[in-house]
Amino acid sequence: MLELVDVSKKVGAQAHLSGISLTLEPGSLNVLLGPTLAGKTSLMRVMAGLDKPTQGDVRSDGKSVLGVSVRNRSVAMVYQQFINYPALTVFENIASPMRVAGVDRATIERRVREAADLLKLSEFLDRTPLNLSGGQQQRTALARALVKDAKLVLLDEPLANLDYKLREELRDELPKLFAKTGAVLVYATTEPQEALLLGGHTATLSEGRLTQFGPTIDVYNRPTDLQTAQTFADPPLNTATVHKRGAELVLGEHSVGCTTPSLPDGEYLMGVRPHHLNLHQHSDTATAVTATVSSSEITGSETFIHINADSEKWVLLTHGVHRMDKGQSLSVYIDPARVYLFDTQGQLVQAPSNSAKAA
Amino acid sequence: MNNKPFDNKAWFFVLPVFILVAISAVIPLMTVVNYSVQDSFGNNQFFWAGTEWFTEVLNSDRFRDSLVRNLTFSAIILCIEIPLGIAVALAMPRKGIWVSVCLVLMALPLLIPWNVVGTIWLIFGRADIGLLGFTLAKMGIVFNYGQSWLQAWIIIILMDVWHWTSLVVLLCYSGLVAIPEAYYQAARIDGASRWKVFRYIQLPKMQRVLLIAILLRFMDSFMIYTEPFVLTGGGPGNTTTFLSIDLVKTAIGQFDLGPAAAMSLIYFLIVLLLSWVFYTVMTNYGMDAPEKREVES
Amino acid sequence: MAQITLDQLAHSYLPNPQNDADYALKRIDYVWEDGGAYALLGPSGCGKTTLLNIISGLLTPSGGHVKFDEHNVTHLSPEQRNIAQVFQFPVIYDTMTVAENLAFPLLNRGIERSEVDKRVGEMLETLDLTAKARRRAHGLSADEKQKISLGRGLVRYDVNAILFDEPLTVIDPHMKWQLRTKLKELHEQFSHTMIYVTHDQTEALTFADKVVVMYEGEVVQIGTPEELFDEPAHTFVGYFIGSPGMNILPGGVDGSTVNVAGKQINVGKRYPKTGTNIEIGIRPEFVKLTESAASGEVGMPMTVHSVEDIGRYKIVRGDVGGHELGAVINESDSVPANPVAVFDPARINVYEDSHLVRGQI
Repeated sequence: MLELVDVSKKVGAQAHLSGISLTLEPGSLNVLLGPTLAGKTSLMRVMAGLDKPTQGDVRSDGKSVLGVSVRNRSVAMVYQQFINYPALTVFENIASPMRVAGVDRATIERRVREAADLLKLSEFLDRTPLNLSGGQQQRTALARALVKDAKLVLLDEPLANLDYKLREELRDELPKLFAKTGAVLVYATTEPQEALLLGGHTATLSEGRLTQFGPTIDVYNRPTDLQTAQTFADPPLNTATVHKRGAELVLGEHSVGCTTPSLPDGEYLMGVRPHHLNLHQHSDTATAVTATVSSSEITGSETFIHINADSEKWVLLTHGVHRMDKGQSLSVYIDPARVYLFDTQGQLVQAPSNSAKAA
Repeated sequence: MNNKPFDNKAWFFVLPVFILVAISAVIPLMTVVNYSVQDSFGNNQFFWAGTEWFTEVLNSDRFRDSLVRNLTFSAIILCIEIPLGIAVALAMPRKGIWVSVCLVLMALPLLIPWNVVGTIWLIFGRADIGLLGFTLAKMGIVFNYGQSWLQAWIIIILMDVWHWTSLVVLLCYSGLVAIPEAYYQAARIDGASRWKVFRYIQLPKMQRVLLIAILLRFMDSFMIYTEPFVLTGGGPGNTTTFLSIDLVKTAIGQFDLGPAAAMSLIYFLIVLLLSWVFYTVMTNYGMDAPEKREVES
Repeated sequence: MAQITLDQLAHSYLPNPQNDADYALKRIDYVWEDGGAYALLGPSGCGKTTLLNIISGLLTPSGGHVKFDEHNVTHLSPEQRNIAQVFQFPVIYDTMTVAENLAFPLLNRGIERSEVDKRVGEMLETLDLTAKARRRAHGLSADEKQKISLGRGLVRYDVNAILFDEPLTVIDPHMKWQLRTKLKELHEQFSHTMIYVTHDQTEALTFADKVVVMYEGEVVQIGTPEELFDEPAHTFVGYFIGSPGMNILPGGVDGSTVNVAGKQINVGKRYPKTGTNIEIGIRPEFVKLTESAASGEVGMPMTVHSVEDIGRYKIVRGDVGGHELGAVINESDSVPANPVAVFDPARINVYEDSHLVRGQI
């Protein structure tokens, strides 16, 4: 178990991390989600013991490990760049952490073969990393992390430099591989979609702060604040300022029903995910908002329609192929049951109800 | 430093270096400081002299002349070696087998000790057996750096350029090879001339290594000693008497320890000051701020 | 602006290519229409960057010609071809300001100062960079730098084509959206011929009118996003386009009946007599999971291995008749206890030796 207690990290006057508390269970998969410079790598470096936090404590199984150097901690790390020993064969690359630890020959032989088997590297064991494709190089780095049998495995955007499809495959395999070792697995990514595909738990980071931590799908469905909702949205979350009056949310000339009439009247920020905007009246309670098309993108099975609604730039994602002309006006339907509401401080006050029927 | 996890063992490994530095640098320096504020009439008897030696040195024409010579020399050296080094680095191949050949050739002069360089050129310049001296003599040019201050300067500068330009070349080359191919491609597409590629891509990307090259070459040339010592001994007259040579003359030739100590301290401070000026000017030039963090670190 | 013709184009990095495998780019004949938006899509090493470099003039092909309109440009350098290119990592001139960066290609071509200022002003406006015109380009964010590299091509008005080499690789997801939309807008506004290289299907499909899918040096399909989605010409395209990719199951076809996982499905199209190596392709989007098949539907009992809730939808993985099958269901739907998988007959594709076989209606 790895615990971070109120960890802060300053470099000069710049705060890279502020007040992060996090408990990671053994055998769990934890995604760190946030844009570039949100503090993902800084946080990983603190977890690994490469950096000492300016404040706070890092505990492994209840004991502070701040004074323990990286070499004496049980940590494995894989980076975005494919880092291997260029002069060593794939076999020696994978074996290297065990050689350092003084593991006997037979065990090394056995475990390298096992790991190579799992990561489909068996036929490349005699080659040097530079003669391999990017995917194979990263597999080598992953195999090395795997045989180390570390208690903490840190993966820093490990698939970012790989092909889209290759990413899909490895993303599928990775959690399974490490789950067997019982390690605390930490995976940093900038892509919300990747977090969702990985599952497990997600910690959203924004400007060095931890905005939320919980089971991935829960964080996605019920972000506690606007910052988290925006970090965890791809395509971006559509937002607009609305005025709540009774059971209505007034948005320019339009109004959308409010499913939480008990909230005090006043100004709120409404958030609607792109696939919850609809071109047709898909439920009885849905109301229309007029908008103009700025562009449309077709993915083959779906269409992203970029629209201007109530002077906000929104994206609508819908099934099927819809060709739209720029400047064309259309009605966009919003189901009140699919609306997020944030108060003026950005705190979530209403999340979509799960009982609502999808389009 | 202070935010790295603490590892006590590390101090063990650093300790020998500390001791070595203390013995080799700090203690001698302190001795010099000690000498510089005292007067001695031999017999190990010392008297407090305060800033007397410093005033004397700073007011002496001899010191000022040497200082001017040093500054002139360093300026000439930088003006020749830096552009020449850049030019050679630009001309060197980036790919293929010739890369290593060029690199080895470039590294050769750097491997030769200072006094050997002096001796090589001493022989090279002799009219009877030296290639240069002989050729010049055949061409009817009287070549004798023992007589002509201009010839003495030329040969010392030549010697330094021959010896040290490759350092600049190697540094610049390392900067050049680090430039991604895409920059050159983009420049071609933008229709940039060869000069503009140099001015807007190569030079900015070499800035860091150039800074190091200039600093190293400045400090080194400012402290020139061996070459003129071997070749001219500071002559003809005092025309190649640089600060370092003057210092040795004062300290060992005349055994004026006080003034020599004061002089070496002033010398040291001048090097430090000028290096700092170079550093500040060059790091501020062309950049808004010290390299911003572009990737998460 | 120009129409680009690839005429029997091929390239090998080896001096004496012996067989097909020696070619990084196998023979390709194609015409890129003037003002079109094209994407070259494929995994790394498929030859897409080789093709791009041949079009830009950074590489001379070992065989064939490249024509811009009627001019053979095969042996012309990039600057003579009058094209613009945006690279994977933003290329900007560090010591210049944003405005100077944009003015650079114009000044290099000896365009008058007043005209340069006018165009740079317009371009800054188009790229939403006016506020930063006098800032040094060095300190900007990656997406802004990428906009500048694009702007340096656009200010030249008359470029024959704008080429993109995975331009969004170093951009954060949120910025990707904005930059992509900006690209689309600019394409509509300036109608340059644009060629976009990527391994990311979303980028390729949303950007391009026509997508060229490449695999191992060969063009496997050229088509609109819909064509690639609905009728992949090759099982590779089916797998590569779509997330998750198309389900490919061994099967057979007899007239208008498709045999798959021990069931017969009438697809309403007649297939010609086919060989033995037949596979059936169905997209996960067109696999329905129900408790029992309705009348007229063919249900296949499915063993579910995993359900991934990824927010917008759920991916269900399992097998039918011993063959792996993936299905996509709505976010608010749940998987029945003993599900049967129903394929939408109209969406079933038939492949022989990995190539699409078309049926007659």
